[in-house]
Amino acid sequence: MSESSLRSRFESLLTGDPGLVIAVLGAIYLAYILAGIVFGFTVRGHMNSLANLTFYIAVFGMLALALNLHWGYTGMFNIGVVGFMGIGVYVTAIFSKPPAAQGGAAQVGGLGLPLGVGVVAGVLAAAVFGAIVALPALRLRADYLAIVTIAFSEIMRFTFMSSTFETFTVPDTFDLTILGTTLISFDPVADTVGFGGGSGLILNYASPLEAFLKFLFLWDPYLGLVDFVGEYAIQTNPKPVVDSLVYGLLLLVVVGIYYWLLTWTGESPFGRVLKAIREDEDVANALGKNTDVFKLKAFVLGCALMGFAGVLWYAGRGSITPPSFRPNITFFVWIALIIGGAGSNTGSVLGGAVFAALLYEGPRYIKNLIEAAIDVGDGPGSFGQAMAALGSFDPVPFLVYTLNSISQLRLVIMGVVLIYLMHNRPEGMLGHRKEVASSIDLSRPEGSVHEEPAATDGGEKE
Amino acid sequence: MSETTETGERTTAPDDEAQGRTRYPLQVEGLRKTFGGIVAVDDIAFEVEEGSLTGLIGPNGAGKSTTFNLITGMNDPDAGTVRFNGEDITGRAPHEIANRGLARTFQIARELEEMTVLENMMLAPKNQQGEKLWRSITPGVRDNVRRQEEEVLERVWEVLDFFEIEHLAEEYAGNLSGGQRKLLEMARALLTDPDMLLLDEPFAGVNPTLEKRLLDHIHELRQDGYTFLIVEHDMDLIMNNCERVVVMHQGKILMKGTPAEVKESEDVIEAYLGGEV
Repeated sequence: MSESSLRSRFESLLTGDPGLVIAVLGAIYLAYILAGIVFGFTVRGHMNSLANLTFYIAVFGMLALALNLHWGYTGMFNIGVVGFMGIGVYVTAIFSKPPAAQGGAAQVGGLGLPLGVGVVAGVLAAAVFGAIVALPALRLRADYLAIVTIAFSEIMRFTFMSSTFETFTVPDTFDLTILGTTLISFDPVADTVGFGGGSGLILNYASPLEAFLKFLFLWDPYLGLVDFVGEYAIQTNPKPVVDSLVYGLLLLVVVGIYYWLLTWTGESPFGRVLKAIREDEDVANALGKNTDVFKLKAFVLGCALMGFAGVLWYAGRGSITPPSFRPNITFFVWIALIIGGAGSNTGSVLGGAVFAALLYEGPRYIKNLIEAAIDVGDGPGSFGQAMAALGSFDPVPFLVYTLNSISQLRLVIMGVVLIYLMHNRPEGMLGHRKEVASSIDLSRPEGSVHEEPAATDGGEKE
Repeated sequence: MSETTETGERTTAPDDEAQGRTRYPLQVEGLRKTFGGIVAVDDIAFEVEEGSLTGLIGPNGAGKSTTFNLITGMNDPDAGTVRFNGEDITGRAPHEIANRGLARTFQIARELEEMTVLENMMLAPKNQQGEKLWRSITPGVRDNVRRQEEEVLERVWEVLDFFEIEHLAEEYAGNLSGGQRKLLEMARALLTDPDMLLLDEPFAGVNPTLEKRLLDHIHELRQDGYTFLIVEHDMDLIMNNCERVVVMHQGKILMKGTPAEVKESEDVIEAYLGGEV
């Protein structure tokens, strides 16, 4: 390939969708870094906040992409996103947690399998549950699918929480015997596994990042990187900071893989049928497409991707508890998708990034910034106290109270943004675009014999 | 055709059963459908001759669209059989029927609004490899998908040229005028490579110029061996273009025959001018 064609390729990369994504991400990071410098963050504080930001940009990007397959492409109204995430991470935990120590604390054990096996199992479980939900529900109209999916995600949360499923006793051996021949004989080390009930599960397996890097034989170079950072940037205990930054960057790579997978899914005859189902399922049927099969496949793929995103979100944390899987996560993903524009994969990534940076992390970041700059002290304990001071023309208690309640206020801000968008730009950032569902350019093939008559009617309507 | 009865009763069997396959692609017998207490289609029987342009006419509410829906599997009949190319297709799913070569259009043009004309057209062809998800997302295999898409695309452009809507190719289908939508729908149905086309009021809301163009297309396609069954309100249009006419009234078949025979039938005139209702 010649140098000039390489360059033109590179330029088209920067002016096209990837360029747009890079520009938006760049702006977000620049704003965060500049604000941090202005308010006097330490290097450690900087890196921590960037790692946090990267993490949420990535997970919301992945989830918005998966939801875009359901809603943006196929028109399937899934409001049970968090249920599939929960299944993914809970099944991963059960597979990969080490067996409970005999006579140890009441903590529930797992099957003790390698983390990679657990992740695959978690993703497959999310896919299987997706199929179970979809089989009866996809024949119904869109709003019934919505009811079924949100009910399902709540059922999963209550299942994780219930004492009935807190522990299971594992049989001593699994034997699969058909016609007298033993096909599989498996002796699990674990005696009890389970969802852990209301107190959740402690994820006491190897750190996912460590497991992954060791798998790639990159663990030693990585430790070298940590030493390097320890020497030049953060003297005390650099590893947690580097860990979370590198994990965030790896998640961005996964977003890239999701994007690539879903773009290929959408820009294909398969994606074209999905779009047709969204527009008018009867027409797709009348054109000979077995729409039930297409819907099922799209739903299951999306659920598997949601399950994997759930694993990446929660599996690196020390523990998981059922309240993490409340429907508010589902609605966050929906807001991200609506901001970005349903129907556009690039829009989904942008929506995830903008939602994470401005609405999800933004308010908390502002609080951290202010606290780093000035000592706000303890605020008033209640809204009444904050208002009382306002009556005597002292705004400080009210402002401090506002700052302390910023987590709750986030929801209000999200609501306001959502209402604004519905009124002024319901199609989101990129939802208006023609992302043509085809694996090839659809303009008239070259060498086609048809002679265009010199512009006759210019597409006027008849 | 031997029978020219004046009542809805079927008196004569279609000719030779052995010949049935070739001569009558579509055979409907004893078809019946009720919605609640209303009998929408009441024990109707007719057949469509190969290569013919058959008109299905009748006043509003005669059951024409329901008949279409029963034939194409959109509704399940309560009784009766539908045979296509000699095969019983009664109660099969719409996509199965479409894949056997029986394509339809809708009364109110149902283009896929937020897809471009090209996407609408590319959707239609059967047996596209890339409709299998794994083929579309597996590196290497996707190249085959792309190759087939290129072949499909060439045909799409040919059909766009044939219907003279190539200048609209990049438009969203939702931006098309009523008549253009009808053209698009017929072009799209044609791309499923059917043996027979059922057109539900293809001329409704279409201006005279475009109507003539549509008719020319239909006649041209008949030369190529396609069979047509057309639901239409406009008596003159049917009379001037079809060689067989089936008249429905209140869910029943009032008569079948040539346009000339139908024109002279007292029953038909009464049904249209409103005798007993």
